[in-house]
Amino acid sequence: MASEKKTAAKGSWFKNISDTNLLLTITIVVFFAMYIGAIVFQGAGFLKPQTFFNILNANAALIITACGMSLVMITGGIDISVGGVVALVSMSCAVFLDFQGGNPYVAILLAIAIGLAFGLVQGFLVAYLDIQPFIVSLAGMFFARGMTTIVHTNPFNVENEAFVALKGTRVIIPGMGSVNKLGKYVNAYVEIGVIVALLVVILMFIILKWTKLGRAFYAVGGNTQSALMLGINVKRTKFLAHLICSLLAGIGGYVYFLHVGSGSASHASGMEMNAIASSIIGGTMLTGGVGNVIGTLFGVLSLSTIQNIVASAGLDQAWWTGITVAAMLCIFLVVQSVIMARKKRA
Amino acid sequence: MKEKSVLEMRGICKSFPGVRALSDVDFTLCEGEIHALMGENGAGKSTLIKVLTGVYEKDEGEIFLKGMDKAAVIRSPQDAQALGISTVYQEITLCPNLSVAENMYIGRGERKGVSWKKMNEDAESILQKLDIPAKANRQLSNYSIAIQQMVAIARAVDMECKVLILDEPTSSLDEQEVEKLFGLMRDLKSKGVGIIFVTHFLDQVYEVCDKITVLRDGKLVGEYEIQDLPRVQLVSKMLGKELDDMSDIKNENVAYEGPGAGEKVFEAEGLQSNAGIKPFDFYIKKGEVNGFTGLLGSGRSECVRAIFGADRVIGGTVKKNGKTIKIKKPIDAMKQGIAYLPEDRKVDGIIGDLSVRENIILAAQVLKGFFRPFSKAEQYKFADEYIKLLEIKTASADTPIKSLSGGNQQKVILARWLLTHPEYLILDEPTRGIDVGTKIEIQKLVLKLASEGMSVTFISSETDEMLRTCSRLVVMRDRRVVGELNEGDLTQNKIMSTIAGGDNDGE
Amino acid sequence: MENKKTSVSAFFSGLVRKQIFIPLAALVILAVFNLIADPSFFKITLGYNSAGSPVLSGYLMTILDYGSELAILAIGMTLVTAASGGQDISVGATIAIAGSVILRVLCGTNSRPDELQAPIIVAFLAAVVVSMLFGAFNGVLVAYFKIQPMVATLILFTAGRSIAAWINNNELPIVSDVKFTYFGGFIPGIPIPTPFFIALACILIMALILKFTNLGLYTQSVGINESSSRLNGLNPEFIKFLSFVILGVCVAVAGLIKVSRLSSINYSVIAKDIEMDAILAVALGGNALGGGKFNMAASILGAYVIQFLTTTLYKFNVQSDALPAYKAVVVILLVVMSAPVVREKFASLGKKMKSSTKEVQ
Repeated sequence: MASEKKTAAKGSWFKNISDTNLLLTITIVVFFAMYIGAIVFQGAGFLKPQTFFNILNANAALIITACGMSLVMITGGIDISVGGVVALVSMSCAVFLDFQGGNPYVAILLAIAIGLAFGLVQGFLVAYLDIQPFIVSLAGMFFARGMTTIVHTNPFNVENEAFVALKGTRVIIPGMGSVNKLGKYVNAYVEIGVIVALLVVILMFIILKWTKLGRAFYAVGGNTQSALMLGINVKRTKFLAHLICSLLAGIGGYVYFLHVGSGSASHASGMEMNAIASSIIGGTMLTGGVGNVIGTLFGVLSLSTIQNIVASAGLDQAWWTGITVAAMLCIFLVVQSVIMARKKRA
Repeated sequence: MKEKSVLEMRGICKSFPGVRALSDVDFTLCEGEIHALMGENGAGKSTLIKVLTGVYEKDEGEIFLKGMDKAAVIRSPQDAQALGISTVYQEITLCPNLSVAENMYIGRGERKGVSWKKMNEDAESILQKLDIPAKANRQLSNYSIAIQQMVAIARAVDMECKVLILDEPTSSLDEQEVEKLFGLMRDLKSKGVGIIFVTHFLDQVYEVCDKITVLRDGKLVGEYEIQDLPRVQLVSKMLGKELDDMSDIKNENVAYEGPGAGEKVFEAEGLQSNAGIKPFDFYIKKGEVNGFTGLLGSGRSECVRAIFGADRVIGGTVKKNGKTIKIKKPIDAMKQGIAYLPEDRKVDGIIGDLSVRENIILAAQVLKGFFRPFSKAEQYKFADEYIKLLEIKTASADTPIKSLSGGNQQKVILARWLLTHPEYLILDEPTRGIDVGTKIEIQKLVLKLASEGMSVTFISSETDEMLRTCSRLVVMRDRRVVGELNEGDLTQNKIMSTIAGGDNDGE
Repeated sequence: MENKKTSVSAFFSGLVRKQIFIPLAALVILAVFNLIADPSFFKITLGYNSAGSPVLSGYLMTILDYGSELAILAIGMTLVTAASGGQDISVGATIAIAGSVILRVLCGTNSRPDELQAPIIVAFLAAVVVSMLFGAFNGVLVAYFKIQPMVATLILFTAGRSIAAWINNNELPIVSDVKFTYFGGFIPGIPIPTPFFIALACILIMALILKFTNLGLYTQSVGINESSSRLNGLNPEFIKFLSFVILGVCVAVAGLIKVSRLSSINYSVIAKDIEMDAILAVALGGNALGGGKFNMAASILGAYVIQFLTTTLYKFNVQSDALPAYKAVVVILLVVMSAPVVREKFASLGKKMKSSTKEVQ
């Protein structure tokens, strides 16, 4: 009893906080530290709100897919097909708009349908046939990438008028603008995709925190066998996790398409890795049961901030991006592992 | 269905590949009754429970519940829960990453949303009512196994079930906690809940149960009123043979009197590990059987783990035959002739997917070295030798160990360590969760080994078992050694009073 | 008669239960498919290459050739999978590094030297050391920092090709010495592709290691139950670490073959997606990707089956970019058929059919 009291007094905060919240706190602190560091060392560029909004604009699709990735990782699975799905959606929508004369709003349905199709098949294989998610989504990735080439081989820019108008739509953020070199006031803006991304984050946060289904995701990831004994429908929960992840990849694919405005088989290459990296930096653990989409949002922001720092530091040779992202991932993984080990001992 | 019964299982059959686990078993549970389900390991208790809770699907038979005209369909744990059957398993079946309150409420109820405030308040009030020292909003993994077990029970209690199944819930609880649990069980009983209680502790059966159903080899032996079935008869029903008097085994063996008898083989001074025990001194003589006793969590396992180097040693010296030796890792201890049979067979003992043969030779092989593997012929020779010697029931030496029953798995682990021909054998709860017959075999074996000159440390939760085997007991309380009892002091009362502390005689 | 029938069916049911059945069945299906579709698939012709030495060519030779690099990787990947319960997804990137090191040592600072700056064996050994170091990096993260293998190796996966480019300052050195092409091509006078012999040597060495050491037993023990392995005197961290270092050696060998084929390197394309094929080989070999028991022979066979599949698809004029789509379908079919749940269903279905025929009799 005496020892209990002692530790309670000494490390009660450290011990009482749940794993999810602990890792989330670290992520947010690191992001702000990094952003402030960028402002201090790289100068005023990072001070302009638009710089931050541009990071959001460029990464809206990644935020959406990474949210899905986090969800699957929370249940203890993984989905490496998301990059492929994004590419397939971009290409399919591009072909639909330019060659079939489609409507950009109907294309949204197409994107969702592709996402759902992947989710249904992958979810079924993982949840009901008990095949390892890594293998299933590996095949999913192969399939999506291959299909993209089959749909259309060469990259091209979409010229559909309605789509170009939609792509150009900017949501003005009042009061955040700045004066440009010519002395003209320029409004700060975000693209539609960012709004979608933020809605997805909020919706996912609510689902994970305040619904039974959301808590079931955590339970399944924490201990599958126990979750089953506790009366949770484990198969259905896993199925839904993969379904939602692929659905978000479909939506993310459309947002990506809206940002780049073209179809190409090499689009979003490596996006699955960025999504995994963002989730991990955001405090989601691949072992399952621990994670949060708010963390994932900050994970994406951290990842792109460091890429921006590297780019503006003049290390523009392509390999530096890869190396810095990897280094950051490495640091986060080690820090996570050390903290969790210490916590276990505490 | 009978008028008072809440549950009737009729003609239940269940087969696994190669094994008929249950054949034509009947079971009846009445309202407000605590019903013990007894049997050796492999008798089919767990299978019957799992059929009832929907983990396994039965091959044949019917299950009737009170208030239902037709046979119940139970295909999943959810179905069982919905029908008012809740279960507390031996292993913790909660999610360590969720909060205590969530673990009590997840997977229940109709609502889609989660109200954290209400859930935490409800959980807190139940925890208080049951006097469980846990906070509702803290993560479950912060608590000890015993408290986690209590949370699982709290969950089951709160579900207002008609049938409550307790599958060896007491194996990780200490005496006070067991008492608390029994209080709870009686309380529920008075409210008309039917309770199925599975345990290996005979004392507990006679303390709390009303009826006993005995299974053997997947078949029903019979159902008895508790007062009609004395202990000895119960045991012989479980074993299917008349029992030789258990208390006699000690007298069958003679003490070791060979060279070096009575000399200290291993000595430790101020030994301390990172598992949170106070520094302790320790010695063992050649051919001696000593024991560590104390309540659960008193640090007895941590002591022997420190000697074996299983936890990180952070202080103290160890001597072998008077010479100082260094033990940092298990392999160091093994090289000095120490063997350690761990407390948790599943987590620390067996290597589930490997065969019985590979499990037997593993430790000896590691000692022999990476570059000098045993030949297949040698491996089979060793395996067959020990399968015969310890009467391990296995289809062949190549059967995966995980498909053996608990008692036989334990024998395989024992064989593994005997094959290393240790000078000093540490057995941490070797008889936990295994059937009475095997228990006695192991006790006899320990005494035989000691009479041949092996030093043995024997740890058990059951004091009478310790009394039968040990000639010296180290008593622990609150993670420190508080006393040592020798030959003359070895009585139940004396042990109890030393464990309890103070000057009273166990009052 | 009756007796013979039961023994045959016993033989088959025994075979079905064996792990190697899965890749074997896949191989047979592929072979039969090709036999029906176009028997010329199996044609092997003897010709002469530009240097005038005899070479065998044909689809089977391609499988033997390219399947061999995969088989070498599968050896290491099997060990990593068994010990750590995860996979190394950085092998493609590390092959780029190993290849880059070989070229760097062979060419020195001049990217187009007239003669080699160092013997090939030195360059190869340098690559082995570097690959082992990168394997050790992965191993440390997995074994000592307890990071899941997939994630730990994600780091090198992301950075590896950049590091490879950096080693040669992003230049593309070209080796002109003809001897260097032997490793990925043919040795004059021997009509069978060299990679096959290299793979054979690797398989032989691994077989000897498994026979004369306890690597197999220790790896499986650690993969199945780390805690009990430790209490049996094993050092689980070291065993896991070791498996990654061994994979590093395999990667260096595969790297040598890869750069030898081109006599040069393309950092972003070399050995692209090969990690996926290597992992598939392990899975197709029926090894649990969650670690534990493994069957090396099945993995190696699995590697050749994967290559068989790839070659079959090429044969049917599938575009190289579209190839993955078809491969994915086949992989899913294979995995679904070998899934325990599906097998159980089939088994119970078979039993039912048998009992119903009995009743009829």
